[in-house]
Amino acid sequence: MKAFVTHNGLVAPMDRANIDTDMIIPKQFLKSIKRSGFGPNLFDEMRYLDEGIPGADCSNRPLNKDFVLNQPRYKGASILLARQNFGCGSSREHAPWALDDFGFRAVIAPSFADIFFNNCFKNGILPIVLKDKEVDILFEQNFAKEGYSLQIDLEKQVVTTPSGESFSFEVDPFRKHCLLNGLDDIGLTLEHADSIKAYEAKRQQSAPWLFDGVK
Amino acid sequence: MAGKTLYDKLWDSHLVMQNEDGSSLIYIDRQLLHEVTSPQAFEGLRLAGRKPWRVDANLATPDHNVPTTDRAAGIEGIVDPISKIQVQTLDDNCDEFGIVEFKLNDTRQGIVHVIGPEQGATLPGMTIVCGDSHTSTHGAFGALAHGVGTSEVEHVLATQCLVQKKMKNMLVRVDGKVGKGVTAKDIVLAIIGEIGTAGGTGYALEFGGDAIQALSMEGRMTVCNMAIEAGARAGLVAVDETTIEYVKGRPFSPKGDDWEKAVAAWGDLHSDADAVFDSVVVLDGAQIKPQVTWGTSPEMVAAIDAKVPNPTNESDPVKKEGITRALAYMGLTADSAITDIKLDRVFIGSCTNSRIEDMRLAAEIVKGKKVAKTIKQALVVPGSGLVKLQAEKEGLDKIFIEAGLEWREPGCSMCLAMNADKLGQGEHCASTSNRNFEGRQGFGGRTHLVSPAMAAAAAIAGHFVDVREWM
Repeated sequence: MKAFVTHNGLVAPMDRANIDTDMIIPKQFLKSIKRSGFGPNLFDEMRYLDEGIPGADCSNRPLNKDFVLNQPRYKGASILLARQNFGCGSSREHAPWALDDFGFRAVIAPSFADIFFNNCFKNGILPIVLKDKEVDILFEQNFAKEGYSLQIDLEKQVVTTPSGESFSFEVDPFRKHCLLNGLDDIGLTLEHADSIKAYEAKRQQSAPWLFDGVK
Repeated sequence: MAGKTLYDKLWDSHLVMQNEDGSSLIYIDRQLLHEVTSPQAFEGLRLAGRKPWRVDANLATPDHNVPTTDRAAGIEGIVDPISKIQVQTLDDNCDEFGIVEFKLNDTRQGIVHVIGPEQGATLPGMTIVCGDSHTSTHGAFGALAHGVGTSEVEHVLATQCLVQKKMKNMLVRVDGKVGKGVTAKDIVLAIIGEIGTAGGTGYALEFGGDAIQALSMEGRMTVCNMAIEAGARAGLVAVDETTIEYVKGRPFSPKGDDWEKAVAAWGDLHSDADAVFDSVVVLDGAQIKPQVTWGTSPEMVAAIDAKVPNPTNESDPVKKEGITRALAYMGLTADSAITDIKLDRVFIGSCTNSRIEDMRLAAEIVKGKKVAKTIKQALVVPGSGLVKLQAEKEGLDKIFIEAGLEWREPGCSMCLAMNADKLGQGEHCASTSNRNFEGRQGFGGRTHLVSPAMAAAAAIAGHFVDVREWM
């Protein structure tokens, strides 16, 4: 996994609550058996005026000019600013894959849906929860200034605005450790193989039916 | 010391190790796999040269992409070449790693969340995951069950564990008795309307109270299925006689001495009387009416006798904007009656409402009647091959067909329209599924979530009606 230590990037604002995973990457693109290539279809139904077809070239599709990512001032954005309950809906990891493939490294919102939040950390994307009022300030500043960018420091757990104002955020120590070092957490879990085997042996004594298995 | 909640007990019994940084390693008893969220996980295993930790803890079936029309040609009959590859890839991966799969033409094939319980692969006291957010369904059995992303599908395949942080405990108690014509679906939609689509975020949501205890296992699965639409990854219902009666004698249920031991152990799968919840919400079952969603989030829901809301009455600017946007997408006028919403299509199915009880309820409503001429299509999609067989044994298929509904093969179908079953742009659908998000059932499609009884009645009337008046 890609490590995340610090990041300085242009911010794209999505001023809307409850952005769901069907909006982030519509279902027809979930038919792919790969992890990459979802970027051109990120926010497909909002971004284009026609219906997206898997595998089709997106370069000549009619664009929804009002959509934030189609506005020239947000070209190259790598930080997404959003409202409450971002990423609600399905467990599709295609959502963070699409954000990553498009070039986003972080999403800032007042709250996230649990499964999406967790999936981000597995893909080197940092989801940052800030207070409602802080998110309001970032939206205001962002709308006011073209080229608005933010500095994110995961080690220090702070987001810094162009004027030097800082907002701190919480992050789970284990997730922080994995993200800072780009660690594969399967490898980390397998270091505890003996503990897993010991648990299984003990559990098999008290609840043998759990080990009958699907055969 | 305060007692434990059901969630606390399930957590404690699956704790492999507690790390110093606050994270925990939790053992997973069962993983269900389907074609959409597993290919990249298997690929990850292959690239790392890893093998599944416990092959027989997994059960697979294709469901999201499968056609619901004639299956005689098997995988070759899947018209969409990309869908075909995905279904074939599941078969190939399960064959390669030795995982039991109910393939496309197996009678036991169906929606993962229908077949797990049906086969006894879902048992009380288990931890169950699947790369699908509606895995919360299995919590109806007093199991800790939740959706995971593909990286965690791979993690469970490789280690039989997940790194987790404990959630908080919420109790939603529905007291009293619901009226005739009010179903589990109406109960859970009313709950989501009450606590909101993010109300359960960060919580394991236990459903309790007389109205929940009175539900069949099918009804409890419907309620837990939609816990995720209230933001909670996991829904839970305590184990009781109804649970044990359902589980008994299923193919993978414990047998003989093990059965006796299991039933004794399951007796503890309830929250202690003195357990403390971080949050408690109470609803009066008698007040719940048949529900219809009018917007583009499951929390945008109203009773059948209510009106479409008016954004000018909302003071919160973000919510006001949300209502305005939803009404524009849905093509609805503020203050119009829910019963005036005209429908183009009807979908009875999905992991929320495709079990035998749902089929029976819908059939009872349409029996001897005809689908309204204005309805372009009314689909009935059973949740599994076994549900389909049972329904046919009871003659329900004939009732549907005579009334003008289509009787299909099992799969996720129009719930998310990954196969050929989808809405056209601007079409309104009465759907027994779980999400009314923009474009969910097809590009520009408009979804109204309802119970199977309400969907069936809407198919006959051509618009929403209060199904209580038909019973």
